[in-house]
Formats: sequence, C-alpha cells, structure tokens
Amino acid sequence: MQQTFGNFVEQENGDEYLVIHFSPTSLPLQQRWRNSGLSADFLAEYWSTFFPAHDVSSRNKQLEIKGGINYIANELLENIMKYSYLPADYPVSLGLCLYQDEFKFYARNAIDPDAVENFQVRIQALLAEDTQTLYLQQVEQNAANAKSIGSHLGLLTMINDYNAQLAWKFETISQDPEIIVVTTMVQLAL
Amino acid sequence: MEIKGTNYHVTYDSTTATVALQGTLRLRGINEYDPIVELLDDVTAQEPETITLNLQNLQFLNSSGINILFKFVIQIREQGSSKLVVRGSTKIPWQKKSLQNLQRLMAGVQLEWGE
Repeated sequence: MQQTFGNFVEQENGDEYLVIHFSPTSLPLQQRWRNSGLSADFLAEYWSTFFPAHDVSSRNKQLEIKGGINYIANELLENIMKYSYLPADYPVSLGLCLYQDEFKFYARNAIDPDAVENFQVRIQALLAEDTQTLYLQQVEQNAANAKSIGSHLGLLTMINDYNAQLAWKFETISQDPEIIVVTTMVQLAL
Repeated sequence: MEIKGTNYHVTYDSTTATVALQGTLRLRGINEYDPIVELLDDVTAQEPETITLNLQNLQFLNSSGINILFKFVIQIREQGSSKLVVRGSTKIPWQKKSLQNLQRLMAGVQLEWGE
C-alpha cells in the first residue's frame, strides 16, 4: 500500500548522486549522532565541486549551496536517527541527487505505525497552511512549554528559510509484522 | 560564564553584556542544550540595558539550536527590561537564511552584519 503527500517524485538517480545507507540499530544513537554532522559536512563539500568559485558572484553562490545542503542533510539525518522505528530493524538511507536546476534529497526510514496518523496530519498542515505562520506559532509554543523535547522546527526551517519544497511517500512494506516506511523528499532549487 | 564543547564555545562577558557562540552546534535536542539554555537564562535574569548576541563565528546551528536562540529572544521580549543586538556574519549561510526571523519575534531587535 502506498500513499503520497505533496508533489512526490520517485528517486531517479541520474548521473550524479550519493547515497548514505545504514542500519539504525547497529550503534547506539549517542555514538551515531556525530555521523549526521560528518555526513552533512562531507555532502556540502563534495557537491561544491560542481559550483566552482572564480568571482564574488560564483563564490556567494557556492557558499549558499553548501550552506543549504549542509543544513538540510543534517536535519534529515537527525530526523532519521530520532524517528526511525527501531523494532522494524529496517535500513535507513539519505540520497542526494543533482539535476540541472535543483538538488533532490530522499530520506528513508521505518516509522512507528502508531505515529503515522499524527505525522500525516502534520504533513497536511505543512502543505495547506501558511508555513510562516506555522513557523512562528511553533516557536512561540516551544518557548511557552519548558518541557517540550523536540523543537519540531526542522521541516519548517527548510520550507521557510531555504524555500525548499517537501513531499512524502508512505509504503507498507510488510503486514505482519507491520512495517511502514516513509520517504521524505526535499527539493532545493539552485 | 563559559561553556566549552568538542566543537563549540559559549562565553558571556558581563562587562559588555555580550554572549558569544562560536564553532559548530549540532547538539541532540533540548537536554544537550540545557547548559547553554541555563547560561542564557542567567544572562536574561541580570537584566542588562542591552544584551549583545555575537554569532559571527558560529559556523553551523541545527534546528534544535535555532529553537533555543528563539527561546532566548522571546524571554528577553517577555521580560521587557533589555534591548537586544544580534551580530551576524554575511559569510555564514545559515545566518543569512534564519536570523531575520528574530526580528519577527521581537520588535526592535538590531541585526548587525559583519564579515
């Protein structure tokens, strides 16, 4: 069974792409966490080769692209690590593909079946409502609630601060045991 | 007041009421940011006339970190005792993207851009 939200496009790797693929259960989260930063730094540096800097304008462009890749890759990897449903013992991955006028990120992880409904409600709000308003509301809510654990700002910052387009695909990989995999697609225009 | 992490350094100079965050901050959620949050709470509690937040050497900040900066600004706003000046760098991409939101959270925030 499959369900998509937003303008989801299947991953077609093309000529230039990288994929990081790992098991979410092979290392404790505390040890694994540093890899999200390492990976994001690497991805940003790697793709900057395709945007050489030879004057002020191209240098600024390179910096902007590196910054966008670094931030989005880091957030997607942190989300994979935080929200991956470990009992499914299903591998996770982050793919990054370069096209002529954009990058497409694909983050894939198993999700707690009990969390799917709430997540889809949230996704529908992100796609339908004014995300600037949602952003400021979430920030104020976080400040008012001293005990809030997650910031819930990762996706909102991508949309509002980086003008990224987001879409999702949910797939039921297995019924018994129930394993549902979500793919988050992020499009970052060049 | 000072906090030193593997890749980051947070300091508070009470003579100039300046909080400086340097390095790379990718901590895991609110619990790991607690020591920095406590430092920022102490700064607000002192109610200086102007608080300066110096981010000119903060190369990277994840969304959990952006959240604690926003909380700090909201706290200053709610307390109503201090003005806020934020120093950013035009050479650091996340700042050009995300710092303008501070002005939406608190009227009168002064954003100063250096290289």
